Amino acid sequence: MSARAGTLAGLAAVAAFGLAFLLLAPHWVELDTLLDLTVYMIMSILALSLGLVWGYGGILCFGQAAFFGLGAYTYAVAMVNIGESTLPFLLAIALPAGFAALLGYFMFYGRISDVYLGVITLTVTLILFNTVNSTAGPEYHIGSARLGGFNGIPSIPPLNIPGRPEAALDLEGMFYLSTALLLATYFGLRALLASRFGRVVVGVRENERRAELLGYDPRLYKLATFAIGGAIAGLAGCLFANWGAFVSPTIFGLAQSAQIIIWVIVGGRGTLIGPILGSIAMEWLTTTLGANQTTGTGGLADLWSNAPLVLGAILIGFVLLVPRGLVPTLADGAGRLLRRRLPAPAAAPAPEVAE
Amino acid sequence: MDLAVVLAIQVLYAIASLALISLGLAIVFGMMRVINLAHGEFLMLGGYAAIVGTHLGFGLWVSMLVLAPAAVGLIGVVVERTIIRFLYGRMIDTMLATWGLSLFLIGLTTFVFGNTTVGISAPFGALAIGRYRTSAYTLFVIAVATAVLGGVYVVLRHTRLGLIARGTMQNANMAAALGVNPPRVYAVTFGVGAALSGLAGGVLAPVSGVFPTIGVAYIAKAFITVIGGGAAIVTGTVSAASLFGTINQLATFATTPVFGEVALLGAAIVLIRLLPQGITGRFFRRGL
Repeated sequence: MSARAGTLAGLAAVAAFGLAFLLLAPHWVELDTLLDLTVYMIMSILALSLGLVWGYGGILCFGQAAFFGLGAYTYAVAMVNIGESTLPFLLAIALPAGFAALLGYFMFYGRISDVYLGVITLTVTLILFNTVNSTAGPEYHIGSARLGGFNGIPSIPPLNIPGRPEAALDLEGMFYLSTALLLATYFGLRALLASRFGRVVVGVRENERRAELLGYDPRLYKLATFAIGGAIAGLAGCLFANWGAFVSPTIFGLAQSAQIIIWVIVGGRGTLIGPILGSIAMEWLTTTLGANQTTGTGGLADLWSNAPLVLGAILIGFVLLVPRGLVPTLADGAGRLLRRRLPAPAAAPAPEVAE
Repeated sequence: MDLAVVLAIQVLYAIASLALISLGLAIVFGMMRVINLAHGEFLMLGGYAAIVGTHLGFGLWVSMLVLAPAAVGLIGVVVERTIIRFLYGRMIDTMLATWGLSLFLIGLTTFVFGNTTVGISAPFGALAIGRYRTSAYTLFVIAVATAVLGGVYVVLRHTRLGLIARGTMQNANMAAALGVNPPRVYAVTFGVGAALSGLAGGVLAPVSGVFPTIGVAYIAKAFITVIGGGAAIVTGTVSAASLFGTINQLATFATTPVFGEVALLGAAIVLIRLLPQGITGRFFRRGL
């Protein structure tokens, strides 16, 4: 099986599974499970945004939550003001993308290297968190939407069918929309990465100087990648604000940013399916751990239900032991097994030293 | 006039506390090129060590100035031996692993101490300046910061220990050829950085109180002070802390503490954009 055929088979498998899941899940599961599944889909979109920016673009953004939160807040504020969801939906994607582009211009055209990039994105997240957190008073409002400070914005109206404000999405509709958008994001990113643009982005990640000497402007490519990542995170934020009908400043928090990074690390950098699987696994784990939190007996069960402790241990463990993440490591292992089982017929007596 | 004195003390205090919380991170970053995102939690642990020590009856001064640095220094050595040493030269991975450590420590302290703020009252009481009153403890924090910065400078510049440390960081192989044991130097340096963080956490505990997630409030400020300062440990920390502390305090005075913080962070971003190598990458280049 050639590499190309393998890729196509993989794509077909993801498409078949995704479509089957999209169409069948609402018929099989209870409504509360569907609600959980919806948030997994939304978080997977968020994970894809960092999977692109970090895994393919090589830009370690410690503040992906900033764009996520910005998308959620944009949607909430615009929706409360307008009452019809087409424009708020588009704004929730455009504004984070614009903000990412601005920040990216500031960073990449200033030739700021990776570590400093991490610091700046982290700082920006904190600025947003601090600012929004302190806007509790009634004097802080945009149009008719009060920002609410640490109380957040409650009862955000849901998305509706474009042009028909009375046809709002119900919970099942939210599931269909989130899953469809996740699939669209996944395949859209696959197409983007297979294009000339995507190849150059990966080339810049591998060796920035070389890409530059070949005539590509790494700053521009990084800026574009970063802005696309911001747009996808904003989309996820918009859906998240819909899902709970509520946003609060904690979605700008460091804990949120840490989670996104853990998803991508666990799933694997340089893949798109990895961040999706990582986010689902970790979200499931957090939900399960959080559900036990009420024991309060101070025993070992309490230690296990302590989400930061477990997530922190997972992050340390993965960086030290599985730095490439699950999907690439497993794929490598499977590939090696396959090759051992089926020795290539043409290269019969080749000695092992070639490794 | 009285107001000017009070404001000057507040500005000095802002500078001193910034320098104090940053110095441990600056040593670890400046000498080992390791970014420790669990630094805020080291400060938090220092605070808890001081409070637990006081409750056990060791007295405030012993707990704050001896127990806190000793306990956190020990933790630092353990962390270096179990996590950091596998990651030298992989800056991003170190950041990620220490971020994991930070979450782990937050979880662990929440488990042990609960998710509440504990505090000890600051000694010395109040100090009257004309019509205004300010806490006399503020002056103590300024004194401690000055003493610690001076101490670190003297040790690095004028002792054999400092010479060995600086030599190892510049060229580990050469130092090893001359009979130094680099892994031990790394472990000790990381331990010293952690101990200074513990001291800072202990000294600031009476001011801020201690709770498991307090590290988050420290880490960004410490981080940008170190990055803004650049490679030189003492000069960089002092210059960046002076700049950011002044901005923070004046903005706080003009608006609210929250916007003071936002002004500080904003100024830091602009500074990093203008001087990616930090202040000491451009000015005071021969500093230490």
